[in-house]
Amino acid sequence: MKHNGFNVSEPMVFGIGSGLLFCYIPFLKVNHAPVITYRALPGHIFKKFAKRTGIKMKREKFSNPKDAKARLDENLERNNPVGLQVGVYNLLYFPDEYRFHFNAHNMVVYGKEGNRYLISDPVMESVTSLSEKELEKVRFAKGAFAPKGHMYYPISFPEKLELETAIVKGIKDTCKAMLAPVPIVGVKGIHKIAGLIRKWPKQKGIKTANHYLGQVVRMQEEIGTGGGGFRYIYAAFLQESGKLLNNEKLVELSKEMTEIGDLWRDFALEASRIYKNRSRSVGSQTDSYNKVADQLDHIADLEKVFFKKLKKAI
Amino acid sequence: MKKKEVPQDKSNLESANFRELCYAVDENGEYTTENSSGWEPKTVALKNAIEEINERIAEAKNRVIAGETSPIEYYMELHKMDVGILASYVGFWHWKVKRHFKPSVFKKLSRKTLNKYAEAFDISVDKLKSMSLEK
Repeated sequence: MKHNGFNVSEPMVFGIGSGLLFCYIPFLKVNHAPVITYRALPGHIFKKFAKRTGIKMKREKFSNPKDAKARLDENLERNNPVGLQVGVYNLLYFPDEYRFHFNAHNMVVYGKEGNRYLISDPVMESVTSLSEKELEKVRFAKGAFAPKGHMYYPISFPEKLELETAIVKGIKDTCKAMLAPVPIVGVKGIHKIAGLIRKWPKQKGIKTANHYLGQVVRMQEEIGTGGGGFRYIYAAFLQESGKLLNNEKLVELSKEMTEIGDLWRDFALEASRIYKNRSRSVGSQTDSYNKVADQLDHIADLEKVFFKKLKKAI
Repeated sequence: MKKKEVPQDKSNLESANFRELCYAVDENGEYTTENSSGWEPKTVALKNAIEEINERIAEAKNRVIAGETSPIEYYMELHKMDVGILASYVGFWHWKVKRHFKPSVFKKLSRKTLNKYAEAFDISVDKLKSMSLEK
């Protein structure tokens, strides 16, 4: 964003793009464990952000890697940075332990030197690069949410970004999603997971249950979440918006969101005690599973109240 | 989370020169960012997941040696894949990939088919067939 002379913070993009979400995705398994997400797919966040602020973005997917490369080169020649959705497994600069078949990772390519692409990856402290072949491999990773060369880039900007109206739209959309009457989404989704967690030790055995619970924590605290399943970054957005809109209520709600974020961290800490200690009996493990499930139910109740208040605050 | 509470636990991030960006509030309640070197609950979850994968790989290896499955399954586990992911990389149906796990079927696979698997695993066909089962 800064490239085109607009200074917009990461929480701002996340908030306006309605990034916050909670969704349990049934039937899908990654790394042999169930999947839940704490955010929307980054492509969607950008799409919503752009639409609400008046930026025109172009999004493209490709079936042929050659076309995908040609379009990328074309943009870079015009000095136009491009966002790419990629798979993590073949990203060579990732530590081995982090290379899973996860396809919803995003990066920005901002230039090309010889046959190496210059890359800014949000999880890296400094910029990095990939060869043509390496980049093609991650752009055409296979599996769930296969990126299919997905790329997006701005084609025109408004004179001035209309942040105020965009913020209101973004918040409303998030409240709607979090309070949606769908059993696997938002607050209801959190209750659903809590219910599943209660069943795991008996239904799947301790080993699998621990593995599943570990995955829940890893998704919540993944690199790039800013901690607490994106709750902190959302609180940062509310604080910034509250000041911008002169809305004291949003600043107050930001504090509340921070506290909810802390509860998510507590849940992760409690959950980690379970899977760290693998030798306990089934009985005591079932109790601890019930305990973390209670924590989740509590968080869900708080978030329900929170998003109702948030809806009224704007 | 307060800025000074951002965890700085030991993790394998350091070796790769990685640090995580966390959002936290400073003394005045203002949001800011702070780098974290890792957080134990997460490191343990990751460690357990890696152990689990290593167990799966070792088990697949034993089954290949015992003649119960083909090297395809071993390499699939080695690359942290499941049947669905492997199937989409090689362009076959699930059931077909599973059939190729049978040593008797594996022996009769054409060079073309083997090549698809070899490409997905980034190894040579000879290596795939050799049963040497290296990393």
